[in-house]
Amino acid sequence: MRHLLSIADLSATQAIQILDTAEELSRVSDGPMKKLPTLRGRTIVNLFAEDSTRTRISFEAAAKRLSADVINFSAKGSSVSKGESLKDTAQTLQAMGADAVIIRHSASGAAQRLADSQWMTGSVINAGDGTHEHPSQALLDAFTIRKNLARGGNDLTGIRVAIVGDIIHSRVARSNVLLLTKLGAHVTLVAPPTLLPAGIESWPVTVAYDFDSVIADVDVVMMLRIQLERMSEMFFPNVREYSHYFGLNRDRLKMMKPNAIVMHPGPMNRGLEITADSADSARSVILQQVTNGVTVRMAILYLLLAGSQESGAQL
Amino acid sequence: MTTSYVIKGAVLPHGAKSDIAIADGLITQMAPDLNIPGATVVNAANAIVLPGLVDLHTHLREPGKEDAETVLSGSQAGVRGGYVALSAMANTSPVADTAGVVEQVFRLGQIAGTLDVFPIGAVTKGLEGLELAEIGAMADSAARVRVFSDDGHCVFDPLVMRRALEYVKKFDGVIAQHAQEPRLTQGSQMNEGFVSSQLGLKGWPAIAEEAIIARDVLLAEHVQARLHICHLTTAGGVEIIRWAKQRGIQVTAEVTPHHLLLTDELARSYDPVYKVNPPLRTESDVMALREALADGTIDIVATDHAPHPAESKECEWQEASFGMLGLETALSIINKTMVETKLMDWSGVAERMSSAPARIARYENHGREIAVGAPANLTVMNPTKTYRVDRDLVASRSRNTPFHGMELPGVVLATFFNGKLSFESRLP
Repeated sequence: MRHLLSIADLSATQAIQILDTAEELSRVSDGPMKKLPTLRGRTIVNLFAEDSTRTRISFEAAAKRLSADVINFSAKGSSVSKGESLKDTAQTLQAMGADAVIIRHSASGAAQRLADSQWMTGSVINAGDGTHEHPSQALLDAFTIRKNLARGGNDLTGIRVAIVGDIIHSRVARSNVLLLTKLGAHVTLVAPPTLLPAGIESWPVTVAYDFDSVIADVDVVMMLRIQLERMSEMFFPNVREYSHYFGLNRDRLKMMKPNAIVMHPGPMNRGLEITADSADSARSVILQQVTNGVTVRMAILYLLLAGSQESGAQL
Repeated sequence: MTTSYVIKGAVLPHGAKSDIAIADGLITQMAPDLNIPGATVVNAANAIVLPGLVDLHTHLREPGKEDAETVLSGSQAGVRGGYVALSAMANTSPVADTAGVVEQVFRLGQIAGTLDVFPIGAVTKGLEGLELAEIGAMADSAARVRVFSDDGHCVFDPLVMRRALEYVKKFDGVIAQHAQEPRLTQGSQMNEGFVSSQLGLKGWPAIAEEAIIARDVLLAEHVQARLHICHLTTAGGVEIIRWAKQRGIQVTAEVTPHHLLLTDELARSYDPVYKVNPPLRTESDVMALREALADGTIDIVATDHAPHPAESKECEWQEASFGMLGLETALSIINKTMVETKLMDWSGVAERMSSAPARIARYENHGREIAVGAPANLTVMNPTKTYRVDRDLVASRSRNTPFHGMELPGVVLATFFNGKLSFESRLP
């Protein structure tokens, strides 16, 4: 595999290989000498046509720990904001000799367009495309769940996960549903009916409208960010009501199973979908997610780019 | 002196075999084995002869978007597809909402001269849906407009729609509605359903089409006016039209070739060549549309030929323009989806692609039965010969065909427009 565009393209075996590789690389990150020479001389472009400081920094740290040269190309002040097309941007990066492009874009499918086009030949890594997918986030989430909860095996068999919130607009939810179910977990999506897409009845998940009926049975509660700019579209009456029914608060925290964990892809709206005491509680693994993000992204870059220029074929 | 022709060995829509002699713009003789000295022979062995095809829904892009298509290039695409009449949609720049613009388009069609270009007038000024356009002036103009449409936009205000339906009764006109409830489709990118839920593309629900169709058939009944529904795409829409016809409401409907063949699964490529409005629907919608076209619930095939320049399609899906080419491939797709499947015979094709559209739009010299004395507007096609669609070889100025690379059955051998050979295939 040359690109990472969608979790749908990965087999369970390939996904587990990424997690296992990340496990090995995390030992390097924990050691005194954080840097590996693996990708020395390779050029990786962070093409961020949509703001995302966290994901960009995470990929940048991952690439640098593998000794790659990293070029950051962000929307503000770049040709993208001047109306340059994705095609011209891609051809420009190709002409500059990029070995891989990590792309974040507001359009669903932008990463796949880049990979399928003849515009460039390097690897394409999807760092979030519109409301479609965010595969590296799902991989770091699976890695975090496995580290905290896996019962011996290398997959997530038997683990129950609730993903709560704005499912319809969430690329994190789409990638996680695909990956967690692929790895054997059972996923329940919790949201008001307005925030669930038409067609969800064919997804391999359980759907619930009542958070309280789900929370006591799951091992993982993954909260999604509510985007305040969507308020005008009337998905729910107001923020207070949303928090009341779908927010993670102290009372709901108490209902959780003893070892259950709280996750959030960030950035959080404290006080909206998650209260401060939930985010900072002992159950919260939110900062672990950030740490694991770097090692999982190192694993992705390593598996896609290390080895021969031509094949990069470990994945 | 005009050239005279003999079409040799052709099969007529209802199955009889006859040679056809053409002179001075008319069909002059029909009999087996005609030999006319001096006439140019068009070999039509193994071919079907249809009354020349009539399209009720074409975007010719001129004036304003000549990089995508012109009246001339669109006319050339039309004759290659077997068309003798096109209906130029009003969403040009400037909009065809005045007598001046429709006369300009009409004149450009006459200058191109390979087929009839009948302008469609806008229902509302600037296609904004707020005030009626100069409907009467367009009807009285040299272009004699009879079909009015805000296509690309829905006439969403029920009062404006009512007034438009009523007003065109004055000259036996018809309102062609682009049925799309605007509030339910804000920012919509593709059919709403399982595929859109996976792709994270904003859905265009079937109900947004059906709600407007339901409203408008009731309005048409109330004011006793003629209504035409553009590009029907949903099984639910078919049910409403069927109900309305049973009630005696004067409604007609069209379906595009692409909605009879393609489904929303194609959006999985994120290739905007599959982005069209209304969107590609599901397999069960496709099957319902085919059945409805066969049983006459849907009256006609219309192409919604919508050329776009490369940069409008070589981009992210959500940035791309809606629309597909259609003129050059329409007949072969109807052959593939309707005739080869035995849902329709060639007289059905003649009705749905020529006679019925001509009747709806009141194009008097078109859609006539192939008979001595009728204008020689004819399409000759070999239904068994196949060809591979190549977007680099189209006559259109644009290349946004979703059928690129497909092997399709049915090659247009010749098109006659007013007795002149407006197109002849150079294929062996």
